[in-house]
Amino acid sequence: MCPTTLRPSRRVPLSKPLAEPVTRVAIVDYGMGNLDSVARATEECGGSPVVTASEKEIARAPAVILPGVGAFAKGMERIRERDLDEILDTQVRRRGVPLLGLCLGMHLLATRGDEGGETSGLGWIEGEVRRLPSEDGLRVPHVGWNEVHHQRASPLLAGAESGRDFYFVHSYHLVCAEPTHVVATTPYGTSFTSIVQAENVYGVQFHPEKSQRAGFQLLRNFLAIAGRASA
Amino acid sequence: MLKTRVMPTLLFKDLGLVKGVRFDSWRPVGSVMQSVKVYNMREVDELVFLDITATLEGREPDFELVDDIADECFMPLTVGGGIRSLEDVRRLLAVGADKIALNTSAVRPPDLVEQTAATFGAQCVVASIDATRRDAGTYEVLVASGTERTGLDPVEHAIDLEARGAGEILITSVDRDGTMEGYDLDLIGAVAAGVNVPVIASGGAGTYEHMAEAISAGAAAVAAASIFHFTEQTPLEAKRYLRERGVPVRI
Repeated sequence: MCPTTLRPSRRVPLSKPLAEPVTRVAIVDYGMGNLDSVARATEECGGSPVVTASEKEIARAPAVILPGVGAFAKGMERIRERDLDEILDTQVRRRGVPLLGLCLGMHLLATRGDEGGETSGLGWIEGEVRRLPSEDGLRVPHVGWNEVHHQRASPLLAGAESGRDFYFVHSYHLVCAEPTHVVATTPYGTSFTSIVQAENVYGVQFHPEKSQRAGFQLLRNFLAIAGRASA
Repeated sequence: MLKTRVMPTLLFKDLGLVKGVRFDSWRPVGSVMQSVKVYNMREVDELVFLDITATLEGREPDFELVDDIADECFMPLTVGGGIRSLEDVRRLLAVGADKIALNTSAVRPPDLVEQTAATFGAQCVVASIDATRRDAGTYEVLVASGTERTGLDPVEHAIDLEARGAGEILITSVDRDGTMEGYDLDLIGAVAAGVNVPVIASGGAGTYEHMAEAISAGAAAVAAASIFHFTEQTPLEAKRYLRERGVPVRI
């Protein structure tokens, strides 16, 4: 077990009057990730983050973020160890709660992945997670700032301009079986899927929490989606 | 297109930021938090924060300080210095570090490169190599802030680190560090040609031209400290210069 205690923020005074209701966001703690960074960015974007592995907390939250760095097999193993797959499935499929997967969190949305041994994923986005091809002198992992080109409309991209740079650090990518799930792509060699959406399930390959202004806009859009869904 | 990164490096010693010459003659260059806030406001590509005396003094990383830095830092943050166990790595990631730089603990046991990559993924392992040129034109890897020889060749060491799971290599020339005379292009070229992971060039940047040279030599990113601390030059201007030279950068 890998409990993460989030220190209370010193930046948002408790007495601060709130102009609009703050969206509670459950940031799923399955011991794989930069939880504090995701929580800080969520807070900075006006959300109220709760880093948690508790079924109750997740069930109460009107929005869920599935963060994560690391390998697919290990990630799924930890989610199953903590019995989080069932509650997440209930929230996402039965209750229609918006969920955003970040990096490995996006990969876990897929049917299966082959990082660390063939493993089935959460299965909400039909597709497979495969290693980036390292031919043509392409260095893997793909690390740094790269463009995100919009392929179709999504509320996640509201007000965002196509082609902006986001921060990536990954060796694997999600190959969607259903082309309409591909919201945006990123050129690296050929190109890979950098944003997916299937109804209330969203995933991004990059790290919005580390992508400064462009990333914050995307997180704010996700909070707005959650706000509308729970209104 | 993937952009070439320009990364300010913050070296931490005792209670403040320092910058030296050839890993010596350290001068204080201000407070950590102030620098982090400025770099965050300027939206730099990435920050590298290295505690250069933690290993020498047998100290563990300053987790609280990293926590404070990460709270102000909405860009990727690489943290190194004094990391001796997988638990140190876990704690640093939990307080907000995105990547962990392993230098001494990539040479001495326990092998933290392999363990960190297996547990948290290759993408968060930056293997940091400090190298010095020997008389015969060969290079040698140094550890413990450049104070200990290893007998290792930096290119072979880099290849080995990649095989053990490093996601990036940060190669620093101890001889050029702080001199602002330019990166050691032979060293950078040889390491970049030897591995398939991105290579970050470090040590010697004094002009934007030096950065362009390191990129031509094969670096995927350029790290620099003195140029940003002691001159009027900035990461943004560096990228404007590089863009004019046809290097893809994020402006």
